[in-house]
Amino acid sequence: MDCIIIDDEATARLVIRQLCKQVDSLNIIGEFPDAIEAIKFLNQQEVDLIFLDIHMPGLTGFDFIQTIKNPPKVVLTTSDPKFAIDAFEYECIVDYIVKPIVLPRFLKAIHKVENVVLSDVKSNEIKFSEEDKQGVSKEKDLYVNIDRRLVKIDIPSIHLIEAKGDYIQIKTENKNYIVHSTLKKIEDKLPNDLFFKVHRSYIINTKMIVDIEDNSVLVKKEVIPVSRSNKPELIRRLNLL
Amino acid sequence: METPNLNYIKELSGGDVTFEKQIIDIVKEEFPTEKEVYFNSVNADDFEAMIEIVHKLKHKISIFGLTKAYEVAVHYEKNLKEGTKKLKEEFEEILKLITSYLETI
Repeated sequence: MDCIIIDDEATARLVIRQLCKQVDSLNIIGEFPDAIEAIKFLNQQEVDLIFLDIHMPGLTGFDFIQTIKNPPKVVLTTSDPKFAIDAFEYECIVDYIVKPIVLPRFLKAIHKVENVVLSDVKSNEIKFSEEDKQGVSKEKDLYVNIDRRLVKIDIPSIHLIEAKGDYIQIKTENKNYIVHSTLKKIEDKLPNDLFFKVHRSYIINTKMIVDIEDNSVLVKKEVIPVSRSNKPELIRRLNLL
Repeated sequence: METPNLNYIKELSGGDVTFEKQIIDIVKEEFPTEKEVYFNSVNADDFEAMIEIVHKLKHKISIFGLTKAYEVAVHYEKNLKEGTKKLKEEFEEILKLITSYLETI
């Protein structure tokens, strides 16, 4: 895991670096005395884990998390145990270690991070019902992981799917679902005759099309852009008079 | 009063003497600066600055295995947040203790 350390105290950064040396899977790729410097770095480079101090001049650790888009996993390192409850507000915060950090507690935090990462990988897999696996009813149900629950979505009820960074938004008749996945993954799981990728950020259910105009398509009440290159295939799929 | 020690640093180092030297050098560099910031904030009667620097100094106190002194620092920080300087003398004694200890290592 590629990690960075953000702490205004050089001593604290050195302690964490030393602790990281004890874990082969951790690779420190940056150390920052303040959150601003770290944000600049994160704009250029992806990391898997951040060791983050809360009390820092300028931006606090919590401010920092709110500033970055799609924060990676975070382990808070602080001398103040009273913020532990606040930490639960943030999905990206996996653990909260109070300084002075000792090796067994550090290893426990890393173990937690590894488990969460593993569980995320598993949950990113969009799962089908048994029937789908057997090819019996390819168009029936799609199971998606939301807040660690597998939620069933009736495939024909999906109007469209929109890519939103590391997530996709699945819009259905009654509800919208945000899932940590990609358009490519879900595209592979949907029946080709019903769904079509009209744009790099949109897959639509062709049965839900209301009308098509120039480079857009009206799906229910939403106007969705259509890539010029995808338009001929979209037209070909329609039952044109 | 407790005696500062290198138990925590030794435990962290696992025998890595380069790390031991490095961390002691950094503490020797950071501690006097932080101490100066603390006394400046006291002289300026700047409670916010005092709270911030006491919070930071707590880590240094804990690194030298000063468990009771750490508790004093925790309570002093709390008192400052409540607008009183109770435990100021005790806290400053701890700073003196660490200053003397750093001269010996």
